[in-house]
Amino acid sequence: MTIIVSRKETFWDKIYLPALAIGLKVTIKQFYRTLFRGESTTIQYPEQKRIYSQRFRGEHFISVDANKTENCTSCYLCQTVCPAECITIIAEERPAEENPYGVRKEKRPARFDIDALRCCFCGFCEEACPKDAIKLSRNYEMAKLTREDTIYDLDHLKREVKGRG
Amino acid sequence: MTLFDIIALLLKLVFVLAVVLNAVPVVIWFERRGSAWMQGRVGPNRVGPFGLLQPVADVIKFIFKEDFVPKEASKFYYHVAPMIAAVAPFAAFAAIPFGSFLAIGGQQVPLQIASLDIGILSVLAFAGLEVYPIMLAGWASNNKYSMFGALRGSSQMVSYEIALGLSLVSMLLIYGTLNLTEMVVYQDQLMFGFMPRWGIFLNPIAFLIFLIAIFAETNRLPFDLPEGDAELVAGYHTEYGATKFAMFFFAEYVAMIMASSLLITLFFGGYALFPGLETVIAGIAGALQLSPEWTQNIRAAFQVAGFIFKVGCMMFFYVWVRWTFPRFRFDQLMNLGWKILFPLALVNLLFVALVIAWMGG
Repeated sequence: MTIIVSRKETFWDKIYLPALAIGLKVTIKQFYRTLFRGESTTIQYPEQKRIYSQRFRGEHFISVDANKTENCTSCYLCQTVCPAECITIIAEERPAEENPYGVRKEKRPARFDIDALRCCFCGFCEEACPKDAIKLSRNYEMAKLTREDTIYDLDHLKREVKGRG
Repeated sequence: MTLFDIIALLLKLVFVLAVVLNAVPVVIWFERRGSAWMQGRVGPNRVGPFGLLQPVADVIKFIFKEDFVPKEASKFYYHVAPMIAAVAPFAAFAAIPFGSFLAIGGQQVPLQIASLDIGILSVLAFAGLEVYPIMLAGWASNNKYSMFGALRGSSQMVSYEIALGLSLVSMLLIYGTLNLTEMVVYQDQLMFGFMPRWGIFLNPIAFLIFLIAIFAETNRLPFDLPEGDAELVAGYHTEYGATKFAMFFFAEYVAMIMASSLLITLFFGGYALFPGLETVIAGIAGALQLSPEWTQNIRAAFQVAGFIFKVGCMMFFYVWVRWTFPRFRFDQLMNLGWKILFPLALVNLLFVALVIAWMGG
């Protein structure tokens, strides 16, 4: 079914010039706003950064305690839940002489690799972790020069992140 | 021709060439930043202060790019097209007066490269040359898109030249001369005691037609069908790169400045001072105890500055329009040219002729 809506065009509608003037008014208003009031939509990115929400899921990190010991106890929950299968953990026992925590941190990851190229940033690992060890920071600048750099090892994951970054 | 005349002529040539050549990068810069501001963006601001050196960076890039020529192109015409494009609008500047005259050592130096009695015709002749590079480039590139662009460009420019010419003829009837300087002198007076006697106030319809027609003549939006980025890649200069593309690009802006200068001369009093500036000049001359000769020189400086200011406003309008209006479809373009502007220009011409005959010429 077609609905034909006919609108009456007045003389001024037909010669278009008033409509053109209105169009010009719109752009000059925007011109004034951007130039003299600095209301531009774009930002000067590297110098000025957009603020994302506290819940933004960016580059991974593993939280550490006061002695810089990772909170991770290699329970494999994150590796199991990961839908992209990007987490690889190899567990080992923490040597008794290095372990002031007793049974609480008996087990530790020998290797903890995250393939950031496979990761889909769903945050399931964060949800699954019983120790709040693995977390996603708010850092979204994750460009790297080589493929090897995109596989995060334990050293990289244990870097210092304040709050959620 | 004395030695004085030759030196004065050379200096005037250098002045006009330098002003126009340096105006182009500024206009290109403003095209980019102005468009950004109209769209709520920032625009290029990294190269130099406020991004003013961006056109310089572009030129350097164009110069160092590979000078590629398509294998099947018609070599001679392919090379000659951008040259014509770059030269034709410059030649048209020769007849445009940008000031009254300078008084140096008891001699008068008119601020116009060639004061021709048929000034307006020579400007139009050189402006009309601008259709050739488009046709040559489109044909010589041996490319479908270029060919389409050239066809569109030439038909559009030829159709709008008629409306342009007719609106011009009505102005010629009013001014009663073909000499551009005399037209400016005519406009350098007051109407009803307060309004400058500019062409736009005498004949607003001719102004409107002329304005629309020069937008079509210079292939600017909303009439940029020869380039038509959306459907024709880049139109007639699709196959051009490096310096030759730069020449086309450059020529487009020189043609815009030229068309604006012509429009200013015909409808906005050319170099004629804004009402009230004469008192300012008299004040300066009185305060500094200047001789009549130097007063005239200061007046000429004001006139040149005023002319550049008016052309600058017109260039702003070009950019403003480009980033406001959508493009015409080709049949709409032809409809507007032949069915609206052409009859309107004819009726307007008839009306002006009758009024002038009634007022007794």
